[in-house]
Amino acid sequence: MSQKTYAGITVDVNEEGYFTNSSQWSKEIALEIAKEEGVVLTDQHYAIMEFLRNRFKSGEPLSIRSINHSNVIDVKTFYQLFPGAPLKKATKIAGIPKPASCI
Amino acid sequence: MTTEQNYPIKKVNLICAKGAIEDVYATLVMGNGAVMEGIETNIFFTFFGLDAIVKSRMDKLHTAIVGNAALRLPGGLRMPTLLGVIPGMESFTSWMMKSQMEKLDIPPVSEFLDLIKAGGGNIYACKLAMDMFKFRKEDLSEHVSGVLTIGEFYEHAGGEGSQIIFT
Repeated sequence: MSQKTYAGITVDVNEEGYFTNSSQWSKEIALEIAKEEGVVLTDQHYAIMEFLRNRFKSGEPLSIRSINHSNVIDVKTFYQLFPGAPLKKATKIAGIPKPASCI
Repeated sequence: MTTEQNYPIKKVNLICAKGAIEDVYATLVMGNGAVMEGIETNIFFTFFGLDAIVKSRMDKLHTAIVGNAALRLPGGLRMPTLLGVIPGMESFTSWMMKSQMEKLDIPPVSEFLDLIKAGGGNIYACKLAMDMFKFRKEDLSEHVSGVLTIGEFYEHAGGEGSQIIFT
């Protein structure tokens, strides 16, 4: 367990930089994590992150497939918004744990 | 950890040569998993594995119930070989497997190919097997990027940090 400071606020993160307390997250914080990850956030990014955060809060597993059920964006757009490893990047920026899913 | 840092996997080339549910899903889970990690991914379907990319067959795959020594009945008892010859048993077992997978949010084959393609993965068919089974390009999923000879497959598979995996 370690701590990081984003937008002047200190948050708890694990050794990979994922939030251990998702309630410490805010949109301003997301902006700074995104900068570290090389992503410039748009309304679409925030919309899908909100979906991911809600899904995490309700205890549903996060998978790449679930993005298609979000009614926000499709999987192809998701890959474009968060290039590289989208689910890992998006959850990191959204302040929730790294998904433990294989799908 | 030094190994991971010095020799990251940058590209995976999967070969799927068998067409039972578990064979195809092993390939698809590994392929989709690589795409999700941002690893360049090529999947090459050959012989009976072609069923996974033939439109009329991909979502109707079966698992073998005769000669499958690891198959068990609900509850954990081994499936007696003789049960396997009952008409409809293979369809029933395959349906059971698919419904279990659906519960774990594992998509049907066609949707899995959509996900892999959406993430930039490449899907190929084997030319020799296509000729052998008399399939035409039109029989295949629209996600198939090409029909390759084995030589062309190796050309696609080249590069530093590239792995060829035969499932």
